Amino acid sequence: MKPVQNPIRPQRPAPLQSAGVIGWLRANLFSSWFNTLLTLVLAWAAYEILSFVISWGFINAVWFGDSAKACPNGNGACWAFVTDRWRLFVYGLYPNDLYWRVNIVYALAALTIISFVFSFGAFNKLFRIAMVIIFPIGAYIFLVGGWFGLKHISPEEFGGLLLTLVIATTAIFGSIPLGLILALGRTSELPVVSRVCTYFIEFWRGVPHIVVIVMFVALLPIFVPDGNKIDIVVRAFIAFAAFNSAYMAEVFRGGLQSIPNGQFEASKSIGLSYWKMMGYIILPQAIRNAVPALVNTCISIFKETTIVLLIGFSDLLGIIQLSLEDPKWLGPPHIFSSAYTFAALIYFVFTFGMSKYSVRLENKSNVEH
Amino acid sequence: MTGDTPIISFAKVNKWFGDFHVLRDIDLEVATRERIVVCGPSGSGKSTMIRCINRLEEHQEGTIIVDGIELNDDLKHIDKIRSEVGMVFQSFNLFPHMSVLDNLVIGQHLVRRIPKKQAEEVAMTYLDRVKIADQADKYPGQLSGGQQQRVAIARSLCMKPRIMLFDEVTSALDPEMVKEVLDVMVDLAKEGMTMLVVTHEMGFARTVADRVIFMDEGQIVEENSPDAFFDNPASDRAKTFIGQVLHHL
Repeated sequence: MKPVQNPIRPQRPAPLQSAGVIGWLRANLFSSWFNTLLTLVLAWAAYEILSFVISWGFINAVWFGDSAKACPNGNGACWAFVTDRWRLFVYGLYPNDLYWRVNIVYALAALTIISFVFSFGAFNKLFRIAMVIIFPIGAYIFLVGGWFGLKHISPEEFGGLLLTLVIATTAIFGSIPLGLILALGRTSELPVVSRVCTYFIEFWRGVPHIVVIVMFVALLPIFVPDGNKIDIVVRAFIAFAAFNSAYMAEVFRGGLQSIPNGQFEASKSIGLSYWKMMGYIILPQAIRNAVPALVNTCISIFKETTIVLLIGFSDLLGIIQLSLEDPKWLGPPHIFSSAYTFAALIYFVFTFGMSKYSVRLENKSNVEH
Repeated sequence: MTGDTPIISFAKVNKWFGDFHVLRDIDLEVATRERIVVCGPSGSGKSTMIRCINRLEEHQEGTIIVDGIELNDDLKHIDKIRSEVGMVFQSFNLFPHMSVLDNLVIGQHLVRRIPKKQAEEVAMTYLDRVKIADQADKYPGQLSGGQQQRVAIARSLCMKPRIMLFDEVTSALDPEMVKEVLDVMVDLAKEGMTMLVVTHEMGFARTVADRVIFMDEGQIVEENSPDAFFDNPASDRAKTFIGQVLHHL
């Protein structure tokens, strides 16, 4: 056989198929007759939807007014209902003259979010830790009061967006640590710990949330002596944290299972104790892997807060419903649809924000791998 | 040298995975600075045996004494032994969420309580020794398999172990990377580290090993000097095995 000798060829640039605007359009939107048809149909649908939204939501909408009479026409949204009632939606039944206290808490919340979303260099960690400590304490002191000469406001007087956010935050930040502990317990090698955690998780996951919440609020005083003394809102918080921690635990367990055995073995072989291994090696990776599912659960907790309606609380959705029953705003059905559109938008803004933040977390951890 | 006291001794060690009898009456003594190569067909229990030394696997019968400490359920014993025994794995098992440097610092800092600055200096000397100091700030995922395995060796060495265990450390590597890892191990052997190496790399065994241990079906079937073992195995099973390995190479 004759020896073959091939010289190494120089690198060539990639072909220019997808270069330029026209090239991109051709490749992505009009590559075949079927894709062209699909593009046209979707463009038409997008146009129809957008033009409806603009004319209904903006051009024909009524922005201000103090009763149903302001919006007689069904061809536009009745934002007047929202602008007339926004204080009720945002502050609930909190006393008018104490709105400033709620404002401080909203500002603290905003600051906390800012500390996590934006980067401040070396100052970052300190800022975040400070906010994580200041926010819950500050929120409690200002919202509930009773200290430092602030008038005590019972959580039962919370309502609207305030109540929604308070329940969602306490449920999310109560269930995350509890869920983490349950997940570690369930994966523990100690049979008793593992059984107890497993049964706890299975019980709360297996019972409809409505049953849990009604049980906690209506039946707890019957079973627990002095149960009456526990504030009804606090009972609702506990119920939320309890059943959501079961979901969180399974999210974290999924994360833990995604960590290969070798990571545990390598940690042990350099002599790390169980807690150091978990804290420095396993959990940082497990939680990162659990982020998509974690945020999924947070979003569902946020939306689920609306079931407090059943036990007589007026969260954002509840207070909108109550306002719709006000004789001043009894009127044509498009007031209803405007009100619920507004509610949907508010819920969407918060959940979409969470989802965006989770994508950022994921991208950040991808860089490091 | 600590005289006649072996640094590792196995006496009548038995272990089962469920019903499967994976280690059968293992008796083994390893002297300080001795270099032992363990080989044998897959499933013969060689990995399980060396994993018993730092209690990644528990034995059910018999005694294992490492550096004068008996391995039992006492967690203090286990921690003590683990801090004296380094281990390198087939699949590297570096911590992917930490830089190479932090992989080497974390054990020193958390287990030996060495201040971070000082631990970093130690880490850099060992990275330098495995010729990879320039990659200190990268993440493990950015390195080649051979580089990762060298980092894994350095990570173990940072803990200043008296014994090093190597569990098929070259079998997951591309052929051209095997040598760079073996070179590091040969250097380590020259410095007098006590080593137990599960491997089929015959060249390595011949240059480095004081003794070759051949295992099959959970038992130590044959023990000999490397040259004698590879050139003239006593048992039929060892003959077959060497034939297969040679054939493969």
